[in-house]
Amino acid sequence: MKKNKKAFNKGSLITLLIIAAVLVLTVVLENTINANSLLFTVIRKSAVYSLVAVSMNLLNGFTGLFSLGQAGFMLLGAYTYAILTIPSDTRESIYYLFQGSSFNFSFVDLFSSVFGQQGAGKTVSLISGVLLAIICAGIVAAVFAYLIGLPVLRLKSDYLAIATLGFAEILRAIFQWDKLGKVTNGANALRGYPTFADFNITNANGQIVFRLASFVPLLIAGICIFIIVLLINSSYGRAFKAVRDDEISAEAMGISLAKHKSLSFCISSFFAGVGGALFAMFASTVQAKTFTSAMTYEILLIVVIGGIGSVSGSCIASFLYIACSEWWLRFLDNTQYIGGKQVPLLRNGFRMVVFSVIIMIVVLFFRKGIMGDKELPDLFNRLLNRKKKVTVKEGTENE
Amino acid sequence: MSNNVLHIENMTMQFGGVVAVNGLSLDVPEGKIIALIGPNGAGKTTAFNCITGLYEPTNGLIEFMDKPMIRNHPTGKMKRNYKGKNPADYLGKALSPTPDKITERGIARTFQNIRLWKSMTVFENVLVAKHMRAKQNFLSATFRTNAKEEKRMREETMALLVEQGLDKYKDDLATSLPYGLQRRLEIARALASEPKLLLLDEPAAGMNPQETQELADFIKEIREKYNLTIFLIEHHMDLVMKISDYIYVIDFGSKIAEGKPEEIQTNQRVIDAYLGVVEDE
Repeated sequence: MKKNKKAFNKGSLITLLIIAAVLVLTVVLENTINANSLLFTVIRKSAVYSLVAVSMNLLNGFTGLFSLGQAGFMLLGAYTYAILTIPSDTRESIYYLFQGSSFNFSFVDLFSSVFGQQGAGKTVSLISGVLLAIICAGIVAAVFAYLIGLPVLRLKSDYLAIATLGFAEILRAIFQWDKLGKVTNGANALRGYPTFADFNITNANGQIVFRLASFVPLLIAGICIFIIVLLINSSYGRAFKAVRDDEISAEAMGISLAKHKSLSFCISSFFAGVGGALFAMFASTVQAKTFTSAMTYEILLIVVIGGIGSVSGSCIASFLYIACSEWWLRFLDNTQYIGGKQVPLLRNGFRMVVFSVIIMIVVLFFRKGIMGDKELPDLFNRLLNRKKKVTVKEGTENE
Repeated sequence: MSNNVLHIENMTMQFGGVVAVNGLSLDVPEGKIIALIGPNGAGKTTAFNCITGLYEPTNGLIEFMDKPMIRNHPTGKMKRNYKGKNPADYLGKALSPTPDKITERGIARTFQNIRLWKSMTVFENVLVAKHMRAKQNFLSATFRTNAKEEKRMREETMALLVEQGLDKYKDDLATSLPYGLQRRLEIARALASEPKLLLLDEPAAGMNPQETQELADFIKEIREKYNLTIFLIEHHMDLVMKISDYIYVIDFGSKIAEGKPEEIQTNQRVIDAYLGVVEDE
C-alpha cells in the first residue's frame, strides 16, 4: 500500500515536470524563434480549447450530464469580458452604430485610476483588471447555468443535450439583437479590449522586450484546469462520479441529485465562461456569430478523442486537434509541384477531407479515446511498475 | 412515545391501474429484525422503494422516529381511478422527500440487484457514502481546507472495511469482487451513511447455504454493533425464520399475515399464498 502511494507520487511528479517544461519551453521559444509562427497561434488556441474541453469533460465525463451548451456559455464569458474591459475612451468609436455604450467604465481604467497609468501601475492595473473581468465572465456564465439548470437538469441524456443546444442558439440570437445594441453592439464585433499581446513586456518606446503572449493563456488555462482536477479528486468529484455511475444508488446514499447536478453544471459553465473570455483575448474581436453549435461540436470532438473522463486526454487532444486543423495539415490546401508535376488532389479544402479521415481512424482504433478514462500519472505509474516487474523477473532468473 | 422506528399506515402504491401495494400497515420496533416476505411480485420491493423515497406512494403515511416522513393521498386524475384501500385519510400537506433526504434522516438500504458504482474502487464506494454527513462545501473540498474532515472520512472508511474484512480488496474495482463480497460491500456502504434503520432487499439472493449461514450471523452482529434496526426482504425461509423477530407477509400488495416466525410457519393463508390453493370441486 505504501509502495502504491509512492508510485502515485512519482507519476504525478513526472506529469508536473512535463507541464512545467511545456510552460518554460513556450516562454523560451516565444522569445527565440519567429513570434509570428503558427505554433504560437496553435498554443494559444489549444490552451483556450483545452480549458473548455476539460470543463465539458467535467460535465459529460465525470457527472454524466450530456450537455451541448458550451458555446453558449463561452459566448456569455466572451461578451462579459469584452464589455467589462473595453477602455472608456474607445467605446464611442466601437459602438458608433448605437451612439455609445450603456456601460461607460472598464475594469482596467478603474484600476489604473488607483494604481496609476505608467510603469508598474499600468501593469498591475492591466493584470488585476483582466483577472477580475475573467472571473466576472465565469460568474455570469455560472449564474446563467444555474437559472437554465433549474428546469433543464430534470432531463436526461439526449433530451438534456437538445435543451442546452437550444439554449446556446437562443443566446446567440439574443446577443445579435439590435435592441440590445447599447450593450452587445448588435451583430457587430467588439474590439479594443486587452488581448494576450498586451501581456508582452515592452520598453518605454513600445518595443517588445520579452514576449509572454503565449505563456499567459497557458498559465491561466493551466491554473483553471488544476482547480478542476482538484475538484474532481475531492469528495465532491467522487460524488459526481457516483451520480454518473448510478443515479439511483447515489441518491440512496444521500447524494442530492438536484444539488450535485446543478453544482457540476454551474462549475463547468463557470470555466466555459472563463474559456470564452480567453477565446475573446485570443481572437481579439468578439462577435456572437462565431459561437455556433459547430464550436460546441469541435469541443465535443476533442473530449471524445481525448477520452471521456480524462482531463489529460482532453488537453492532449485539444493540442493535436488544433495543430492538425490549423497547422500541420495546411500544406494540403495548397497546390504543390514535385519535379514539375502537380501533386494530385492537393487543393483548397482537401485539408478537411484528410482531417475527417484522421478523426475517423482515431475513433476506430481508440474506441475510448486516446487516454480512455486514465490520466497521465496513471500511465507513467504503469510504465514505471512494468519496468520494475521486468527487473524483478530478471533478478529471479539470475538466481 | 412508541418505540417504533418505522411506522407505516395504509401505504398504497398504484401504477396506472395496477395496485402494487395496497393499504399496507406495519411497524418496525427499535432494535429488532423485521422481515417482509411474500411470493414473487407481491410488492415487497415496491414497498421498500416507497419507504426510501424512490417512489411516491399514492396514499398513506410513513413515520420515521415518530415524525411524519412521507404522506400522500390520491389527487387529480388518480382520485377517480384510485383502486386501493382507505383513500383520503391523509389529507394533510403531502410530504414526499427525495431519497437523499430520507437517507439523511437515517434510513439506508441495499438493492436487490446490486447497485455499486462500477468505475470506483471498493474504498471509494464506501467513501462516497460518507460524503453526505461531511462538514464541507465544494470550495473547501476543492481547495483542501477540509483536510481534517477528509482524513476523518478516510479513516472511518478504512476502519469499516477492516471490520467487514474487505480491506485487502480496497483498491480493486467494486464490480470485480465475487458476488457475495459485493453484497457485503453494499451493506458496508449503507453502514457508512450512519443509519438508524437498515433496509436489506434480498441480501441472501444467489448465495449458497454456507454463505447464507454466514450472512445470518453477520446481520445479527451489525445490529448489535451499530445499534441498528433491520428491516429485510428475503426469500430464503430458513434465514428469515432464524433471524427475524417478527414477520409480515404480503401477497398481491396486501398484508395477509403477521406474527412471530413460528406462527407464520403454520399460518394456512401463508402456505396457500406460497403453494397455491387446491380448489375443491
